[in-house]
This record gives sequence, C-alpha cells and structure tokens, in this order.
Amino acid sequence: MTVTDHSQATADKAHSHGIIPDASRADRPTSFDVDAFPVPSGREENWRFSAVRDLKPLFADEPVDGHLEWTVPDLPAGVTLAQVPADDARARTVRAPGDRASALAVKHSGGAMALTVAANTVVDEPITIDLRGTGADVRGHLLVEIGRSAEATVVIRRTGTATYSEYVSVDLADNAGLNLVLLQQWEDDAVHAGEVVARLGRDSRLRGSVVTLGGKVVRLNTSAAFAGEGASVDLFGLYFADAGQHQEHQLFVDHAVPKCTSRVTYKGALAGATARTVWIGDVLIRAAAEGTDTYELNRNLVLTDGARADSVPNLEIETGEIEGAGHASATGRFDEEQMFYLRSRGISEEQARKLVVRGFFADLIHEIGVPAVEESLLREIELELEHVEEELEHEAAETAGE
Amino acid sequence: MTTAPAHTLEIRNLHVTVETPEGTKEILKGVDLTIRSGETHAIMGPNGSGKSTLAYSIAGHPKYTITQGEVFLDGEDVLEMSIDERAKAGLFLAMQYPVEVPGVSVANFLRTAKTALDGEAPKLRTWVKDVKTSMENLRMDPAFGERGVNEGFSGGEKKRHEILQMELLQPKIAILDETDSGLDVDALRIVSEGVNRAKENTGLGVMLITHYTRILNYIKPDYVHVFVNGRVAEEGGPELAERLEAEGYDRYLASA
Repeated sequence: MTVTDHSQATADKAHSHGIIPDASRADRPTSFDVDAFPVPSGREENWRFSAVRDLKPLFADEPVDGHLEWTVPDLPAGVTLAQVPADDARARTVRAPGDRASALAVKHSGGAMALTVAANTVVDEPITIDLRGTGADVRGHLLVEIGRSAEATVVIRRTGTATYSEYVSVDLADNAGLNLVLLQQWEDDAVHAGEVVARLGRDSRLRGSVVTLGGKVVRLNTSAAFAGEGASVDLFGLYFADAGQHQEHQLFVDHAVPKCTSRVTYKGALAGATARTVWIGDVLIRAAAEGTDTYELNRNLVLTDGARADSVPNLEIETGEIEGAGHASATGRFDEEQMFYLRSRGISEEQARKLVVRGFFADLIHEIGVPAVEESLLREIELELEHVEEELEHEAAETAGE
Repeated sequence: MTTAPAHTLEIRNLHVTVETPEGTKEILKGVDLTIRSGETHAIMGPNGSGKSTLAYSIAGHPKYTITQGEVFLDGEDVLEMSIDERAKAGLFLAMQYPVEVPGVSVANFLRTAKTALDGEAPKLRTWVKDVKTSMENLRMDPAFGERGVNEGFSGGEKKRHEILQMELLQPKIAILDETDSGLDVDALRIVSEGVNRAKENTGLGVMLITHYTRILNYIKPDYVHVFVNGRVAEEGGPELAERLEAEGYDRYLASA
C-alpha cells in the first residue's frame, strides 16, 4: 500500500510553508483558446497525479463525431433542455475552461446542451438524464442554468463506454437551489475527463454529489466560485477504485465574496493491486471574503495491498476575518480493533469488512438526497464489495503460494 | 426454572506473549482456571497484572500469542478457533474500551451478530420485542438503536451497550473486562442487574475482571481469584474480596 498525504495550509504569504506551485490557485489560466494550454506531460501541478497516458486522446485538437445516447424524461413546466449554438454556449458558460481537455471539449462539441430551470420554478421530483456511451470518441458541453429562486434536483448518470471529455457549466442565479448528482457508472474501459464549473449568485445553494464507480480513468475537476454573498456549497464525493482503475477528483472552492459557506466531503475506497485514486482539494479565501466558513475532508479506505491513494488538501487564506477554515485528510487500512470487535460478536471476517465499508460510506450516501440513487448506490457498493472479497481471496492464495 | 445447562470453560497453564518495542514480553505465565455455567468468578488484581490479556487472549485478539497451554469450551479447543468461531461456540467478551464502528447502526449491528451466531435471521417480531425489553431494562433510550456503534457514546453508554449485547446474544460464558471501571453507582447498578438477569435467565457463567471490589456488592462472586504478575496468586470465596478491600494488593506485590 502506498499512501501519500500532501497537506498544505498557508495562513498568509509571510508564513507560507510547503510549496504552492502557482503563486496562488487563483492564478491558474482559463481560456476558450486551446493553445493557451500545452499538451500535458504529467509534470504540471494539475496533472502530476493524472493518468496522462490514458487521457492523451482527449488532448488532441481534432474534430470527433461521436455522441452519447441521451435519455431525457418528460420535463416539468418551467424546465427546458435545448441545443445551443457554439457562440451562444460560450457566452452562457460561467467562465472559460481551465485545462486543455475541457477547452477541447467546448471547441469540438458543436455547441452545448442547456438544461434551464426558469426563475421561481420549484421542481420536486429529481430530473434524471441518462447518458450512455457506445464506444465512440465524444466531446460534450453542458449548461445547467437555475433561475432566480428556482429549485431543482438534477441527476446525470453516465453508463456504457466512451472516450469522453466534457465541460459542465452550472449557473445559479440569486437565491437559486440546485442538487446536482453526477454518477460515473461507466463500464470498465471508459476514459472520462470532465470539468464542472459552478457560479453561485447571492444566497444561492448548491449541493453537488459526485459518485465514481466505473471507468478505466475518470478525472473530474470541480470548481465552485461565489459571486454573491450568503451563498453556500456542499460538495460530496464517493469513489471506489478496483484494480486497473484511476479515479481523480480535483476541487476548487473560490471564496471571493463575504459570508459564504463551503463544505467538501469526499470518501473513497480502493481495492486491487493497481487501484489508484487522487483527491486534490483547493480552497481559496480571498481578501474580500470576510465571514467565510469552510471545511474540507477527504478519507480513503485502502482494502487490499498495492492500491495507492493520494490526498492533497490545500487551503489559502488571504484574510483573518473569517468564521472558520479547516481541512482533514486521512488514508488508512482496515482498523484491526474494529474488525476484532465485530468478529468477537460472531460476525465473519468477510461480513465485518462489508459492515465497515458500508458504514464508511453510509453518511455520504444519505447526503445525495435522491432515494432512488441512494438505493442503487447501496447495491453497487455491495457488488464492489463482492469484487473485494475475490481480490482478497486472490491475495491470500498468492501469499500461501509464496 | 429450566434445567440449568452445564457448560465449562477450562483454561490450563496458559502462557501468552505480546510484542513490544523492547521485544517479546511474557504477560501470562501459566493461568489455570475453570468456569462452569451459573458460576461467577471474580478476577481481581493490580494494574498490569495481565487480567485484560487473559480476557483478550481467550477471545482471540491477534495481538496476543499463545506460547503454551490450552483453553477448552465444553471440550472443544478454543485456541484452534477463529475470533468469530469463538463467539459462535458461546464465548462473549464485554470490552473495557469498546470500539467505534462509524455508520453502522446499533440495531443493524445487533441483528447482524444475532443472525451470524444463530445461522439464521431472528424472527422479526420477537427480536424487536427482545431488543426493546433489554434496552428498557438497561434504561437505554429507544433512539439508541439508530446511533452508530459506540459512536459518541459516553463511558456509561458503552458499558450498557456491551451488556445489552450480552443479554441479546446469550453466550454460555461471558468475560467482563472491567465493565465497572468509570461507572457511577447508578450505572453500575443498572449494568449489574443486566448481568444478574442473564445469569438467571440463561445460566450464564461469568468471568468478572475488576480492579475494584464495589461491583461485588451487586454481582455476588462464587469464587475470587487474585491475579498477580501473570498468574493466579490466591483463590478463595467471596471473603477474599473483603480482605482485598481491607488490605489491598501490597501483600502479593511484595512477594512477587
């Protein structure tokens, strides 16, 4: 097992310790111009833990003609899904892309799909959109726009397989509320690089849940920027990497205005010799962002030998006038005392492991707030755990054979 | 009253070592002890005498290595069994420091354990009623069942939760490792009532490990064993506890 925990926290520039590669996280370029981003080599700060070799097709500046199959439910009144031409799509995107893959996704997507919820529309039922890959090269640009005082829950589920890059722009107008759930339930050979960028208007509330179970390589880069006071963002993530899977989640919360709240809670489990996860959580509290309250947490549970979890929390604070700021990161194997406790009550080793993993994810799953999704995730995690037991049997057999 | 079941836990010449930064250390140096159904054996001794090591070794904690000796439950070799097999055979350890298992509810944990021990899920209606009754007896709030196992429990709640498990899982022999430590007298009384109920209802045999004599006012021991330096230094009836209360352990330590 390899575990790395590159914690960095800086109170101000004079007291900085550790390396902040860009002078500030805020200095990273954003552009619709693909040439603003050289092809990543894997040495760049934001690509250094990435599966750059597998992602390479997504760095090529060439047109592609593949599509994902969209299954869209009947949309309630006040909600529309429409194709938007490229120029219009760029204008409605909350900011320019932050890396080459997402810049290319915008350039070659042929416009965007826009899901729009009109002002004051409150949608009770979740809107679930299925995107199914059929093995093609696909570039996607998606706009999610929630009007003033509107509220909705949007679930986007990705299945099948694809070589897919996407740029998702999430725009919350003043006092809007959105629960956005992104499910990566790809087949095992999918390659997916996505950038999700949210702008939060005054008093708006975003809950964003990311669940990554499938895919060969998934790299999701989520940013949330506060544009008005009194807004809050809760970002939850759950990932489970098996042998051969590389799952990377980068986060950036930009506190640019006063009195906003952010919570980032990501948990992952890893099983299998080559399972790999990366979590990078950046939070920037700018000088103007007085009264900020932020906390980010990442926990990883390593279930078998040979898996590797990287966890990099990074907090930049430019004002002392804040409510609170903190982060926590921990990566570990099964707790022997927990296992002993459960087994001393007659529970088998296999069942005890399953209980501990279910318990590890339980609170996160309940945060998703969409019962159908929660139930299907519990089933998916059961399946993952069956794989883990196979891995462990394999591990035990190999040990016995040595 | 039903016919008293007859179960026997036999510990013979048990030697146990543990790995420390300073090397392998022998903690138990030849323990002999036999506990039968319905009997309560108080194991008393100073800190560091090996009382907890005895408890955890019998339950199968991987930290301890048995170097010599035998443990039998009704003639079956306990030391050959895995941790969960020992529980299935009828052993129960109430821990001094029960472990948190976040996200796993008490209700789920209890049902899972009961199902594992019986080999089938308990009948829902009787089970729910049994849990409710036991929790009421131990003055536990019904909401307790929805909390994570030992998550944020107070010291007293943890101990009551241990006894709750003991009552519901109905072992043949229970080892109570300093269940009384850190309890106020009200909690001590509640916990002791639970132990006495289990004795009465199931003929439970009890190994009561304690540092203090106070619990013996509530749970009457049949035998008292003074544990010093990894072995039993003296054995007797309840009167031995009274003597310990008056004289302390100095007498044994001086000669050890």
